[in-house]
Amino acid sequence: MSVILDPTRLTIHKAHELLKTGQVSSVELTRACLERIQQVEPKVSALVTITDKLALSQAEQADRLIASGDSSPLTGIPVIIKDNMCTRGVRTTCSSRMLEDFVPPYDATVVEKLNDARTVIVGKANMDEFAMGSSTENSALFPTHNPWNLEHVPGGSSGGSAVAVAASEAIYALGSDTGGSIRQPAGFCSVTGMKPTYGRVSRYGLVAFASSLDQIGPLTRDVTDCALVLNTIAGYDPRDSTSVPHPVPDYTRCLTSELNGIRIGVPKEYFVEGMQAEVSAAIRAAVSKLEDLGARADWEVSLPHTSYALAAYYVIAPSEASANLARYDGVKYGFSYSDTDNMWEALEKTRQYGFGPEVKRRIMLGTYALSAGYYDAWYLKAQKVRTLIRREFDQAFEKFDALVTPTSPTVPFRIGDKAEDPLQMYLSDVCTLPINIAGLPAISIPAGFTGGLPIGMQIIGKPFSEETILKIAYAFEQATDWHKQKPNI
Amino acid sequence: MRLGREEVLRIAILARLGLSEVEVDRFKDQLSHILESFEILQQVDTTSVPPTTHPITLENVLRSDEVADSLPQNMVLANAPRKDGDFFKVRAVLGNT
Repeated sequence: MSVILDPTRLTIHKAHELLKTGQVSSVELTRACLERIQQVEPKVSALVTITDKLALSQAEQADRLIASGDSSPLTGIPVIIKDNMCTRGVRTTCSSRMLEDFVPPYDATVVEKLNDARTVIVGKANMDEFAMGSSTENSALFPTHNPWNLEHVPGGSSGGSAVAVAASEAIYALGSDTGGSIRQPAGFCSVTGMKPTYGRVSRYGLVAFASSLDQIGPLTRDVTDCALVLNTIAGYDPRDSTSVPHPVPDYTRCLTSELNGIRIGVPKEYFVEGMQAEVSAAIRAAVSKLEDLGARADWEVSLPHTSYALAAYYVIAPSEASANLARYDGVKYGFSYSDTDNMWEALEKTRQYGFGPEVKRRIMLGTYALSAGYYDAWYLKAQKVRTLIRREFDQAFEKFDALVTPTSPTVPFRIGDKAEDPLQMYLSDVCTLPINIAGLPAISIPAGFTGGLPIGMQIIGKPFSEETILKIAYAFEQATDWHKQKPNI
Repeated sequence: MRLGREEVLRIAILARLGLSEVEVDRFKDQLSHILESFEILQQVDTTSVPPTTHPITLENVLRSDEVADSLPQNMVLANAPRKDGDFFKVRAVLGNT
Protein backbone atom coordinates (compact mmCIF):
# COMPACT_ATOMS: atom_id res chain seq x y z
CA MET A 1 0.00 0.00 0.00
CA SER A 2 2.77 2.39 -0.82
CA VAL A 3 1.29 4.35 -3.69
CA ILE A 4 0.94 8.06 -2.97
CA LEU A 5 -2.69 8.64 -3.78
CA ASP A 6 -3.53 11.51 -6.03
CA PRO A 7 -7.23 11.33 -6.87
CA THR A 8 -6.73 14.21 -9.31
CA ARG A 9 -4.97 11.84 -11.69
CA LEU A 10 -6.64 8.49 -11.27
CA THR A 11 -9.03 7.16 -13.86
CA ILE A 12 -11.36 4.25 -13.21
CA HIS A 13 -9.19 1.88 -15.25
CA LYS A 14 -5.99 2.97 -13.51
CA ALA A 15 -7.60 2.77 -10.05
CA HIS A 16 -8.95 -0.69 -10.92
CA GLU A 17 -5.43 -1.88 -11.74
CA LEU A 18 -4.10 -0.49 -8.46
CA LEU A 19 -6.92 -2.14 -6.50
CA LYS A 20 -6.54 -5.47 -8.24
CA THR A 21 -2.79 -5.62 -7.71
CA GLY A 22 -3.14 -4.62 -4.07
CA GLN A 23 -1.20 -1.37 -4.45
CA VAL A 24 -4.06 0.52 -2.93
CA SER A 25 -7.26 -0.34 -1.07
CA SER A 26 -10.73 1.00 -1.73
CA VAL A 27 -10.78 2.41 1.80
CA GLU A 28 -7.59 4.38 1.05
CA LEU A 29 -9.00 5.56 -2.26
CA THR A 30 -12.26 6.58 -0.59
CA ARG A 31 -10.45 8.41 2.22
CA ALA A 32 -8.37 10.28 -0.38
CA CYS A 33 -11.54 11.46 -2.12
CA LEU A 34 -13.21 12.42 1.18
CA GLU A 35 -10.12 14.44 2.13
CA ARG A 36 -10.14 16.10 -1.27
CA ILE A 37 -13.83 16.94 -0.75
CA GLN A 38 -12.98 18.62 2.57
CA GLN A 39 -10.25 20.58 0.81
CA VAL A 40 -12.07 21.86 -2.29
CA GLU A 41 -15.75 21.84 -1.34
CA PRO A 42 -15.54 25.26 0.42
CA LYS A 43 -14.46 26.68 -2.96
CA VAL A 44 -16.65 24.83 -5.48
CA SER A 45 -19.81 23.82 -3.53
CA ALA A 46 -20.50 20.85 -5.80
CA LEU A 47 -22.15 18.56 -3.26
CA VAL A 48 -25.51 18.57 -1.53
CA THR A 49 -24.76 15.55 0.66
CA ILE A 50 -21.49 13.85 1.58
CA THR A 51 -22.10 10.17 2.36
CA ASP A 52 -18.83 9.50 4.16
CA LYS A 53 -20.04 6.75 6.52
CA LEU A 54 -21.86 4.90 3.72
CA ALA A 55 -18.81 5.29 1.49
CA LEU A 56 -16.38 3.85 4.01
CA SER A 57 -18.61 0.87 4.73
CA GLN A 58 -19.07 0.25 0.99
CA ALA A 59 -15.29 0.56 0.55
CA GLU A 60 -14.66 -2.07 3.24
CA GLN A 61 -17.08 -4.44 1.50
CA ALA A 62 -15.40 -3.72 -1.84
CA ASP A 63 -11.98 -4.51 -0.37
CA ARG A 64 -13.26 -7.87 0.83
CA LEU A 65 -14.64 -8.62 -2.62
CA ILE A 66 -11.42 -7.57 -4.36
CA ALA A 67 -9.42 -9.76 -1.95
CA SER A 68 -11.60 -12.70 -2.96
CA GLY A 69 -10.66 -12.06 -6.60
CA ASP A 70 -14.21 -11.34 -7.70
CA SER A 71 -14.26 -7.67 -8.68
CA SER A 72 -15.62 -5.73 -11.65
CA PRO A 73 -14.07 -2.55 -13.13
CA LEU A 74 -16.15 -0.25 -10.88
CA THR A 75 -15.65 -2.21 -7.65
CA GLY A 76 -14.30 -0.01 -4.90
CA ILE A 77 -14.16 3.14 -7.07
CA PRO A 78 -15.63 6.36 -5.58
CA VAL A 79 -18.53 7.94 -7.48
CA ILE A 80 -20.79 10.96 -6.99
CA ILE A 81 -24.44 10.78 -8.05
CA LYS A 82 -26.53 13.72 -9.25
CA ASP A 83 -29.11 14.46 -6.57
CA ASN A 84 -32.09 13.61 -8.77
CA MET A 85 -31.44 9.86 -8.66
CA CYS A 86 -33.09 8.02 -5.81
CA THR A 87 -30.71 6.58 -3.24
CA ARG A 88 -32.37 4.40 -0.63
CA GLY A 89 -31.95 5.91 2.83
CA VAL A 90 -29.93 8.88 1.49
CA ARG A 91 -31.86 12.10 0.97
CA THR A 92 -32.50 13.05 -2.63
CA THR A 93 -33.29 16.75 -2.90
CA CYS A 94 -33.24 17.63 -6.61
CA SER A 95 -31.68 20.81 -5.16
CA SER A 96 -35.22 21.95 -4.40
CA ARG A 97 -36.94 23.15 -1.23
CA MET A 98 -39.75 20.87 -2.35
CA LEU A 99 -37.67 17.73 -1.72
CA GLU A 100 -35.18 19.06 0.83
CA ASP A 101 -36.05 16.35 3.38
CA PHE A 102 -37.04 13.55 0.99
CA VAL A 103 -35.43 10.19 1.78
CA PRO A 104 -36.30 7.65 -0.95
CA PRO A 105 -37.40 4.17 0.15
CA TYR A 106 -35.77 2.61 -2.91
CA ASP A 107 -32.77 2.91 -5.23
CA ALA A 108 -32.91 4.08 -8.83
CA THR A 109 -32.01 1.25 -11.21
CA VAL A 110 -28.66 2.88 -12.06
CA VAL A 111 -27.83 3.12 -8.35
CA GLU A 112 -28.82 -0.51 -7.90
CA LYS A 113 -26.49 -1.46 -10.76
CA LEU A 114 -23.62 0.54 -9.24
CA ASN A 115 -24.29 -1.10 -5.87
CA ASP A 116 -24.28 -4.52 -7.53
CA ALA A 117 -20.86 -3.63 -8.97
CA ARG A 118 -19.79 -2.70 -5.39
CA THR A 119 -18.91 0.85 -6.30
CA VAL A 120 -18.49 3.44 -3.52
CA ILE A 121 -20.92 6.38 -3.32
CA VAL A 122 -19.20 9.36 -1.67
CA GLY A 123 -21.89 11.98 -2.23
CA LYS A 124 -24.83 13.49 -4.05
CA ALA A 125 -24.17 16.35 -6.46
CA ASN A 126 -25.73 19.80 -6.63
CA MET A 127 -27.79 20.64 -9.72
CA ASP A 128 -30.21 23.14 -11.16
CA GLU A 129 -33.51 22.64 -9.36
CA PHE A 130 -35.33 19.63 -10.86
CA ALA A 131 -32.62 19.65 -13.58
CA MET A 132 -33.98 22.89 -15.06
CA GLY A 133 -31.13 25.17 -16.03
CA SER A 134 -27.79 25.57 -17.73
CA SER A 135 -25.56 26.89 -14.98
CA THR A 136 -26.38 25.27 -11.60
CA GLU A 137 -27.29 28.77 -10.41
CA ASN A 138 -30.91 27.61 -10.20
CA SER A 139 -30.17 25.26 -7.30
CA ALA A 140 -32.43 26.32 -4.43
CA LEU A 141 -29.61 25.39 -2.05
CA PHE A 142 -26.48 27.21 -3.35
CA PRO A 143 -24.68 27.82 -6.66
CA THR A 144 -21.75 25.63 -7.72
CA HIS A 145 -18.50 27.19 -8.97
CA ASN A 146 -16.38 26.20 -11.96
CA PRO A 147 -13.00 24.85 -10.75
CA TRP A 148 -11.23 26.41 -13.76
CA ASN A 149 -12.36 29.85 -12.57
CA LEU A 150 -14.46 30.12 -9.45
CA GLU A 151 -16.25 33.24 -10.69
CA HIS A 152 -17.71 31.31 -13.61
CA VAL A 153 -20.58 28.82 -13.79
CA PRO A 154 -19.87 25.09 -14.16
CA GLY A 155 -22.77 24.69 -16.59
CA GLY A 156 -25.90 22.78 -15.79
CA SER A 157 -27.94 21.09 -14.78
CA SER A 158 -25.40 18.38 -13.84
CA GLY A 159 -22.95 21.11 -12.75
CA GLY A 160 -22.21 19.47 -9.41
CA SER A 161 -21.45 16.13 -11.07
CA ALA A 162 -19.12 17.71 -13.66
CA VAL A 163 -17.29 19.72 -10.98
CA ALA A 164 -17.00 16.65 -8.76
CA VAL A 165 -15.00 14.95 -11.53
CA ALA A 166 -13.02 18.02 -12.65
CA ALA A 167 -12.10 18.98 -9.08
CA SER A 168 -11.34 15.33 -8.20
CA GLU A 169 -13.91 14.85 -5.46
CA ALA A 170 -14.59 11.42 -6.95
CA ILE A 171 -13.21 9.39 -9.85
CA TYR A 172 -16.45 9.61 -11.84
CA ALA A 173 -20.03 10.80 -11.56
CA LEU A 174 -23.52 10.22 -12.92
CA GLY A 175 -25.58 13.01 -14.42
CA SER A 176 -28.85 13.32 -16.29
CA ASP A 177 -29.36 15.04 -19.64
CA THR A 178 -32.69 16.49 -20.80
CA GLY A 179 -31.42 19.18 -23.17
CA GLY A 180 -27.65 19.01 -22.69
CA SER A 181 -27.39 18.72 -18.93
CA ILE A 182 -24.53 16.21 -19.02
CA ARG A 183 -22.70 17.42 -22.13
CA GLN A 184 -22.84 21.18 -21.51
CA PRO A 185 -21.33 21.04 -17.97
CA ALA A 186 -18.85 18.40 -19.19
CA GLY A 187 -17.76 20.90 -21.87
CA PHE A 188 -17.63 23.77 -19.36
CA CYS A 189 -15.53 21.74 -16.88
CA SER A 190 -13.30 19.86 -19.40
CA VAL A 191 -14.44 16.34 -18.58
CA THR A 192 -16.03 13.60 -20.70
CA GLY A 193 -19.82 13.43 -20.56
CA MET A 194 -22.17 11.19 -22.50
CA LYS A 195 -25.90 11.19 -23.11
CA PRO A 196 -26.74 7.68 -24.30
CA THR A 197 -29.55 6.92 -26.75
CA TYR A 198 -33.00 7.46 -25.22
CA GLY A 199 -34.03 4.10 -23.74
CA ARG A 200 -30.48 2.77 -23.38
CA VAL A 201 -30.26 3.47 -19.64
CA SER A 202 -33.20 2.96 -17.28
CA ARG A 203 -34.88 6.09 -15.94
CA TYR A 204 -36.53 4.20 -13.07
CA GLY A 205 -35.84 6.19 -9.90
CA LEU A 206 -34.72 9.31 -11.78
CA VAL A 207 -36.91 12.20 -10.61
CA ALA A 208 -38.78 13.00 -13.81
CA PHE A 209 -38.37 16.37 -15.55
CA ALA A 210 -39.35 15.77 -19.19
CA SER A 211 -39.92 12.06 -19.64
CA SER A 212 -39.47 11.82 -23.42
CA LEU A 213 -36.12 13.65 -23.24
CA ASP A 214 -34.43 12.65 -19.94
CA GLN A 215 -31.54 10.21 -20.04
CA ILE A 216 -28.93 9.25 -17.41
CA GLY A 217 -25.25 9.08 -18.38
CA PRO A 218 -21.63 9.13 -17.16
CA LEU A 219 -19.25 12.03 -16.44
CA THR A 220 -15.67 10.77 -16.42
CA ARG A 221 -11.99 11.71 -16.78
CA ASP A 222 -11.54 9.93 -20.09
CA VAL A 223 -13.35 8.00 -22.80
CA THR A 224 -12.32 4.56 -21.52
CA ASP A 225 -13.95 5.36 -18.18
CA CYS A 226 -17.07 6.54 -19.99
CA ALA A 227 -17.28 3.15 -21.76
CA LEU A 228 -16.74 1.29 -18.47
CA VAL A 229 -19.55 3.17 -16.71
CA LEU A 230 -21.88 2.72 -19.67
CA ASN A 231 -21.15 -1.03 -19.61
CA THR A 232 -22.49 -1.09 -16.07
CA ILE A 233 -25.53 1.20 -16.23
CA ALA A 234 -26.93 0.38 -19.72
CA GLY A 235 -29.53 -2.28 -20.34
CA TYR A 236 -33.19 -3.22 -20.31
CA ASP A 237 -35.20 -2.58 -17.17
CA PRO A 238 -38.73 -3.96 -16.94
CA ARG A 239 -39.55 -1.20 -14.42
CA ASP A 240 -39.05 1.48 -17.12
CA SER A 241 -41.54 1.00 -19.96
CA THR A 242 -39.41 3.16 -22.28
CA SER A 243 -36.31 1.05 -21.71
CA VAL A 244 -35.13 -0.83 -24.80
CA PRO A 245 -34.37 -4.57 -24.73
CA HIS A 246 -31.26 -4.41 -26.93
CA PRO A 247 -28.24 -6.38 -25.70
CA VAL A 248 -25.44 -4.29 -24.17
CA PRO A 249 -22.11 -4.66 -25.99
CA ASP A 250 -18.76 -4.27 -24.24
CA TYR A 251 -18.22 -0.61 -25.05
CA THR A 252 -14.47 -0.79 -24.32
CA ARG A 253 -13.94 -3.09 -27.32
CA CYS A 254 -14.58 -0.30 -29.86
CA LEU A 255 -11.78 1.93 -28.54
CA THR A 256 -9.10 2.11 -31.24
CA SER A 257 -6.75 4.90 -32.27
CA GLU A 258 -7.49 5.10 -35.98
CA LEU A 259 -10.55 6.30 -37.81
CA ASN A 260 -10.09 5.00 -41.36
CA GLY A 261 -13.40 4.80 -43.18
CA ILE A 262 -15.29 6.93 -40.61
CA ARG A 263 -17.46 9.59 -42.26
CA ILE A 264 -18.04 12.76 -40.27
CA GLY A 265 -20.46 15.58 -41.00
CA VAL A 266 -19.98 19.10 -39.64
CA PRO A 267 -23.41 20.79 -39.70
CA LYS A 268 -23.00 24.50 -40.37
CA GLU A 269 -26.13 25.48 -38.40
CA TYR A 270 -24.37 24.52 -35.14
CA PHE A 271 -21.87 27.34 -35.64
CA VAL A 272 -24.56 29.76 -34.55
CA GLU A 273 -24.58 33.52 -34.72
CA GLY A 274 -22.98 34.87 -31.57
CA MET A 275 -20.72 31.85 -31.17
CA GLN A 276 -17.37 32.73 -29.65
CA ALA A 277 -14.70 32.77 -32.38
CA GLU A 278 -12.26 30.79 -30.22
CA VAL A 279 -14.85 28.04 -29.73
CA SER A 280 -15.53 27.79 -33.44
CA ALA A 281 -11.79 27.75 -34.22
CA ALA A 282 -11.08 25.04 -31.65
CA ILE A 283 -13.78 22.75 -33.06
CA ARG A 284 -12.60 23.30 -36.64
CA ALA A 285 -9.06 22.39 -35.51
CA ALA A 286 -10.44 19.32 -33.75
CA VAL A 287 -12.23 18.16 -36.91
CA SER A 288 -8.96 18.59 -38.84
CA LYS A 289 -7.32 16.39 -36.23
CA LEU A 290 -10.02 13.74 -36.81
CA GLU A 291 -9.19 13.93 -40.53
CA ASP A 292 -5.51 13.39 -39.68
CA LEU A 293 -6.58 10.25 -37.85
CA GLY A 294 -8.25 8.85 -40.96
CA ALA A 295 -11.80 10.21 -40.85
CA ARG A 296 -13.38 11.84 -43.89
CA ALA A 297 -15.08 15.10 -42.97
CA ASP A 298 -17.75 16.98 -44.90
CA TRP A 299 -17.75 20.62 -43.79
CA GLU A 300 -20.82 21.66 -45.79
CA VAL A 301 -23.56 19.65 -44.11
CA SER A 302 -26.83 21.49 -43.59
CA LEU A 303 -29.58 20.63 -41.08
CA PRO A 304 -31.93 23.56 -41.73
CA HIS A 305 -34.52 22.77 -39.07
CA THR A 306 -31.88 23.20 -36.35
CA SER A 307 -32.91 26.83 -35.99
CA TYR A 308 -36.36 25.73 -34.76
CA ALA A 309 -35.05 23.20 -32.23
CA LEU A 310 -34.69 25.67 -29.36
CA ALA A 311 -38.29 26.86 -29.62
CA ALA A 312 -39.62 23.30 -30.06
CA TYR A 313 -37.59 22.11 -27.07
CA TYR A 314 -38.76 24.92 -24.80
CA VAL A 315 -42.36 24.11 -25.62
CA ILE A 316 -42.03 20.31 -25.27
CA ALA A 317 -39.81 20.12 -22.16
CA PRO A 318 -41.87 22.54 -20.02
CA SER A 319 -45.09 20.84 -21.16
CA GLU A 320 -43.83 17.49 -19.91
CA ALA A 321 -42.43 19.17 -16.80
CA SER A 322 -45.77 20.79 -15.96
CA ALA A 323 -47.39 17.34 -16.07
CA ASN A 324 -44.60 15.57 -14.14
CA LEU A 325 -44.42 18.23 -11.44
CA ALA A 326 -48.16 18.08 -10.81
CA ARG A 327 -47.35 15.28 -8.34
CA TYR A 328 -45.91 17.76 -5.82
CA ASP A 329 -49.04 18.45 -3.82
CA GLY A 330 -47.65 18.44 -0.30
CA VAL A 331 -49.57 15.29 0.66
CA LYS A 332 -47.45 12.23 -0.07
CA TYR A 333 -43.93 13.60 0.39
CA GLY A 334 -41.98 16.81 0.18
CA PHE A 335 -42.59 20.32 1.42
CA SER A 336 -46.11 21.05 2.62
CA TYR A 337 -47.54 24.48 3.43
CA SER A 338 -49.02 23.99 6.85
CA ASP A 339 -50.61 27.28 7.86
CA THR A 340 -54.10 26.59 6.52
CA ASP A 341 -56.92 24.05 6.62
CA ASN A 342 -58.11 24.99 3.13
CA MET A 343 -57.15 22.32 0.62
CA TRP A 344 -56.78 24.59 -2.43
CA GLU A 345 -54.79 27.19 -0.54
CA ALA A 346 -52.51 24.48 0.88
CA LEU A 347 -51.93 23.06 -2.59
CA GLU A 348 -51.21 26.40 -4.25
CA LYS A 349 -49.00 27.70 -1.44
CA THR A 350 -47.10 24.40 -1.18
CA ARG A 351 -46.16 24.86 -4.84
CA GLN A 352 -45.61 28.61 -4.51
CA TYR A 353 -43.08 28.25 -1.68
CA GLY A 354 -41.70 24.82 -2.61
CA PHE A 355 -40.62 25.61 -6.19
CA GLY A 356 -37.98 28.14 -7.26
CA PRO A 357 -38.35 30.74 -10.05
CA GLU A 358 -37.10 28.68 -13.02
CA VAL A 359 -39.29 25.71 -12.11
CA LYS A 360 -42.33 27.98 -11.82
CA ARG A 361 -41.46 29.63 -15.14
CA ARG A 362 -41.41 26.27 -16.90
CA ILE A 363 -44.58 25.00 -15.21
CA MET A 364 -46.31 28.19 -16.39
CA LEU A 365 -44.90 27.88 -19.92
CA GLY A 366 -45.88 24.21 -20.16
CA THR A 367 -49.34 24.70 -18.70
CA TYR A 368 -49.91 27.49 -21.21
CA ALA A 369 -48.73 25.38 -24.16
CA LEU A 370 -51.02 22.52 -23.15
CA SER A 371 -54.08 24.62 -22.32
CA ALA A 372 -57.31 24.61 -24.30
CA GLY A 373 -57.09 26.89 -27.32
CA TYR A 374 -53.28 26.89 -27.42
CA TYR A 375 -52.49 23.17 -27.56
CA ASP A 376 -52.56 22.96 -31.38
CA ALA A 377 -50.60 26.14 -31.95
CA TRP A 378 -47.85 25.37 -29.45
CA TYR A 379 -47.56 21.81 -28.17
CA LEU A 380 -48.78 19.93 -31.24
CA LYS A 381 -46.84 22.25 -33.55
CA ALA A 382 -43.64 21.68 -31.55
CA GLN A 383 -44.12 17.90 -31.70
CA LYS A 384 -44.51 18.10 -35.49
CA VAL A 385 -41.35 20.18 -35.77
CA ARG A 386 -39.75 17.49 -33.63
CA THR A 387 -40.59 14.96 -36.33
CA LEU A 388 -38.91 17.14 -38.97
CA ILE A 389 -35.78 17.51 -36.84
CA ARG A 390 -35.63 13.76 -36.29
CA ARG A 391 -36.08 13.07 -40.03
CA GLU A 392 -33.28 15.49 -40.85
CA PHE A 393 -30.93 13.60 -38.54
CA ASP A 394 -32.05 10.27 -40.07
CA GLN A 395 -31.17 11.58 -43.53
CA ALA A 396 -27.78 12.87 -42.35
CA PHE A 397 -26.95 9.49 -40.84
CA GLU A 398 -27.52 7.81 -44.19
CA LYS A 399 -24.34 9.62 -45.27
CA PHE A 400 -22.37 9.98 -42.05
CA ASP A 401 -21.32 7.82 -39.10
CA ALA A 402 -21.29 10.82 -36.80
CA LEU A 403 -21.84 14.57 -36.68
CA VAL A 404 -19.37 16.85 -34.91
CA THR A 405 -20.28 20.22 -33.38
CA PRO A 406 -19.23 22.49 -30.52
CA THR A 407 -20.86 21.45 -27.23
CA SER A 408 -21.75 25.06 -26.38
CA PRO A 409 -21.54 28.35 -28.28
CA THR A 410 -19.34 29.93 -25.59
CA VAL A 411 -16.97 29.05 -22.79
CA PRO A 412 -18.43 29.18 -19.24
CA PHE A 413 -19.98 32.57 -18.48
CA ARG A 414 -19.72 34.48 -15.23
CA ILE A 415 -22.02 33.59 -12.36
CA GLY A 416 -24.95 36.01 -12.47
CA ASP A 417 -24.41 37.16 -16.07
CA LYS A 418 -27.46 35.37 -17.50
CA ALA A 419 -29.41 34.75 -14.32
CA GLU A 420 -31.98 37.48 -15.01
CA ASP A 421 -32.53 36.68 -18.68
CA PRO A 422 -34.10 33.23 -19.14
CA LEU A 423 -33.99 33.34 -22.94
CA GLN A 424 -30.24 34.06 -22.95
CA MET A 425 -29.76 31.18 -20.52
CA TYR A 426 -31.79 28.85 -22.77
CA LEU A 427 -29.39 29.65 -25.65
CA SER A 428 -26.55 27.97 -23.70
CA ASP A 429 -27.99 24.60 -24.74
CA VAL A 430 -28.63 25.44 -28.38
CA CYS A 431 -26.06 22.90 -29.65
CA THR A 432 -27.13 20.06 -27.38
CA LEU A 433 -30.92 20.09 -27.17
CA PRO A 434 -31.66 19.00 -30.77
CA ILE A 435 -30.05 15.69 -29.84
CA ASN A 436 -32.55 15.08 -27.02
CA ILE A 437 -35.42 16.03 -29.30
CA ALA A 438 -34.32 13.21 -31.63
CA GLY A 439 -33.32 10.79 -28.81
CA LEU A 440 -29.78 10.34 -30.19
CA PRO A 441 -26.58 9.48 -28.32
CA ALA A 442 -23.89 12.17 -28.04
CA ILE A 443 -20.68 12.73 -26.13
CA SER A 444 -18.79 15.88 -25.12
CA ILE A 445 -15.03 15.64 -24.77
CA PRO A 446 -12.36 18.24 -23.95
CA ALA A 447 -11.18 20.01 -27.13
CA GLY A 448 -9.34 23.15 -26.06
CA PHE A 449 -9.17 26.21 -23.84
CA THR A 450 -9.42 29.93 -24.25
CA GLY A 451 -8.59 32.41 -21.51
CA GLY A 452 -8.12 29.47 -19.15
CA LEU A 453 -11.68 28.22 -19.72
CA PRO A 454 -12.56 24.90 -21.38
CA ILE A 455 -14.05 24.22 -24.81
CA GLY A 456 -16.01 21.02 -25.45
CA MET A 457 -16.53 19.09 -28.68
CA GLN A 458 -19.78 17.21 -29.21
CA ILE A 459 -19.91 13.99 -31.26
CA ILE A 460 -23.43 12.85 -32.19
CA GLY A 461 -24.38 9.38 -33.41
CA LYS A 462 -27.39 7.56 -34.77
CA PRO A 463 -29.59 5.69 -32.25
CA PHE A 464 -27.69 2.95 -30.39
CA SER A 465 -24.37 3.82 -32.06
CA GLU A 466 -22.63 4.63 -28.77
CA GLU A 467 -19.72 2.46 -29.94
CA THR A 468 -19.07 4.68 -32.96
CA ILE A 469 -19.01 7.94 -31.03
CA LEU A 470 -16.88 6.41 -28.28
CA LYS A 471 -14.43 5.21 -30.94
CA ILE A 472 -14.15 8.68 -32.49
CA ALA A 473 -13.86 10.32 -29.07
CA TYR A 474 -11.19 7.85 -27.99
CA ALA A 475 -9.07 8.33 -31.10
CA PHE A 476 -9.20 12.12 -30.63
CA GLU A 477 -8.36 11.80 -26.95
CA GLN A 478 -5.33 9.59 -27.66
CA ALA A 479 -4.01 12.15 -30.14
CA THR A 480 -4.46 15.19 -27.86
CA ASP A 481 -3.84 16.05 -24.24
CA TRP A 482 -6.74 18.38 -23.46
CA HIS A 483 -8.26 15.78 -21.13
CA LYS A 484 -5.06 15.62 -19.11
CA GLN A 485 -5.23 19.31 -18.09
CA LYS A 486 -6.32 19.79 -14.50
CA PRO A 487 -7.70 22.93 -12.86
CA ASN A 488 -5.38 24.55 -10.36
CA ILE A 489 -7.50 24.19 -7.26
CA MET B 1 -47.92 36.65 -28.19
CA ARG B 2 -48.24 39.14 -25.31
CA LEU B 3 -49.71 37.73 -22.15
CA GLY B 4 -51.87 39.96 -19.99
CA ARG B 5 -52.21 39.81 -16.24
CA GLU B 6 -55.49 37.91 -16.48
CA GLU B 7 -53.91 35.31 -18.73
CA VAL B 8 -51.03 34.76 -16.29
CA LEU B 9 -53.50 34.32 -13.42
CA ARG B 10 -55.56 31.88 -15.50
CA ILE B 11 -52.47 29.75 -16.22
CA ALA B 12 -51.48 29.86 -12.54
CA ILE B 13 -54.90 28.50 -11.57
CA LEU B 14 -54.59 25.69 -14.13
CA ALA B 15 -51.11 24.90 -12.78
CA ARG B 16 -52.31 25.09 -9.15
CA LEU B 17 -49.47 27.50 -8.55
CA GLY B 18 -49.82 30.37 -6.13
CA LEU B 19 -48.03 33.51 -7.35
CA SER B 20 -47.13 36.73 -5.58
CA GLU B 21 -47.99 40.08 -7.21
CA VAL B 22 -44.33 40.52 -8.13
CA GLU B 23 -44.27 37.10 -9.79
CA VAL B 24 -47.41 37.83 -11.79
CA ASP B 25 -45.78 40.96 -13.22
CA ARG B 26 -42.46 39.23 -13.84
CA PHE B 27 -44.01 36.20 -15.57
CA LYS B 28 -46.23 38.47 -17.69
CA ASP B 29 -43.11 40.04 -19.19
CA GLN B 30 -40.81 37.01 -19.25
CA LEU B 31 -43.33 34.54 -20.68
CA SER B 32 -44.43 37.09 -23.30
CA HIS B 33 -40.83 37.61 -24.34
CA ILE B 34 -40.16 33.87 -24.54
CA LEU B 35 -43.37 33.11 -26.46
CA GLU B 36 -42.75 35.96 -28.91
CA SER B 37 -39.37 34.55 -29.80
CA PHE B 38 -40.87 31.06 -30.16
CA GLU B 39 -43.43 32.24 -32.72
CA ILE B 40 -40.90 31.23 -35.38
CA LEU B 41 -42.36 27.74 -34.97
CA GLN B 42 -45.41 28.96 -36.86
CA GLN B 43 -43.20 29.55 -39.92
CA VAL B 44 -42.52 25.83 -40.32
CA ASP B 45 -44.72 24.03 -42.80
CA THR B 46 -45.96 20.96 -40.93
CA THR B 47 -48.77 20.04 -43.30
CA SER B 48 -49.19 16.26 -43.18
CA VAL B 49 -46.31 15.90 -40.70
CA PRO B 50 -47.27 13.59 -37.82
CA PRO B 51 -46.27 14.65 -34.30
CA THR B 52 -43.52 12.78 -32.45
CA THR B 53 -44.45 12.03 -28.88
CA HIS B 54 -41.50 9.77 -28.22
CA PRO B 55 -38.08 9.64 -29.84
CA ILE B 56 -38.13 5.86 -30.10
CA THR B 57 -40.80 3.54 -31.41
CA LEU B 58 -42.64 2.35 -28.36
CA GLU B 59 -44.47 -0.92 -28.08
CA ASN B 60 -46.98 -1.91 -25.47
CA VAL B 61 -45.19 -3.35 -22.48
CA LEU B 62 -47.05 -6.09 -20.67
CA ARG B 63 -45.96 -7.99 -17.61
CA SER B 64 -47.25 -11.30 -16.40
CA ASP B 65 -50.09 -11.00 -13.91
CA GLU B 66 -48.20 -12.11 -10.86
CA VAL B 67 -48.57 -10.81 -7.34
CA ALA B 68 -45.36 -9.27 -6.07
CA ASP B 69 -44.35 -7.37 -2.97
CA SER B 70 -44.94 -3.64 -2.92
CA LEU B 71 -43.26 -1.13 -0.65
CA PRO B 72 -44.26 -1.66 2.97
CA GLN B 73 -46.84 0.83 4.24
CA ASN B 74 -44.52 2.36 6.82
CA MET B 75 -41.92 3.15 4.15
CA VAL B 76 -44.49 4.71 1.86
CA LEU B 77 -45.72 6.89 4.72
CA ALA B 78 -42.24 7.74 5.99
CA ASN B 79 -41.99 10.91 3.88
CA ALA B 80 -45.57 12.08 4.40
CA PRO B 81 -45.75 15.62 5.81
CA ARG B 82 -49.01 14.76 7.66
CA LYS B 83 -50.27 11.32 8.54
CA ASP B 84 -52.81 9.70 10.84
CA GLY B 85 -52.06 6.11 11.72
CA ASP B 86 -51.81 4.20 8.45
CA PHE B 87 -53.19 7.06 6.34
CA PHE B 88 -51.99 10.17 4.54
CA LYS B 89 -53.75 13.09 6.19
CA VAL B 90 -55.25 15.64 3.82
CA ARG B 91 -57.16 18.85 4.38
CA ALA B 92 -60.92 18.78 4.08
CA VAL B 93 -61.88 18.71 0.42
CA LEU B 94 -65.56 19.58 0.88
CA GLY B 95 -65.57 22.62 3.15
CA ASN B 96 -63.49 23.18 6.27
CA THR B 97 -63.99 21.04 9.33
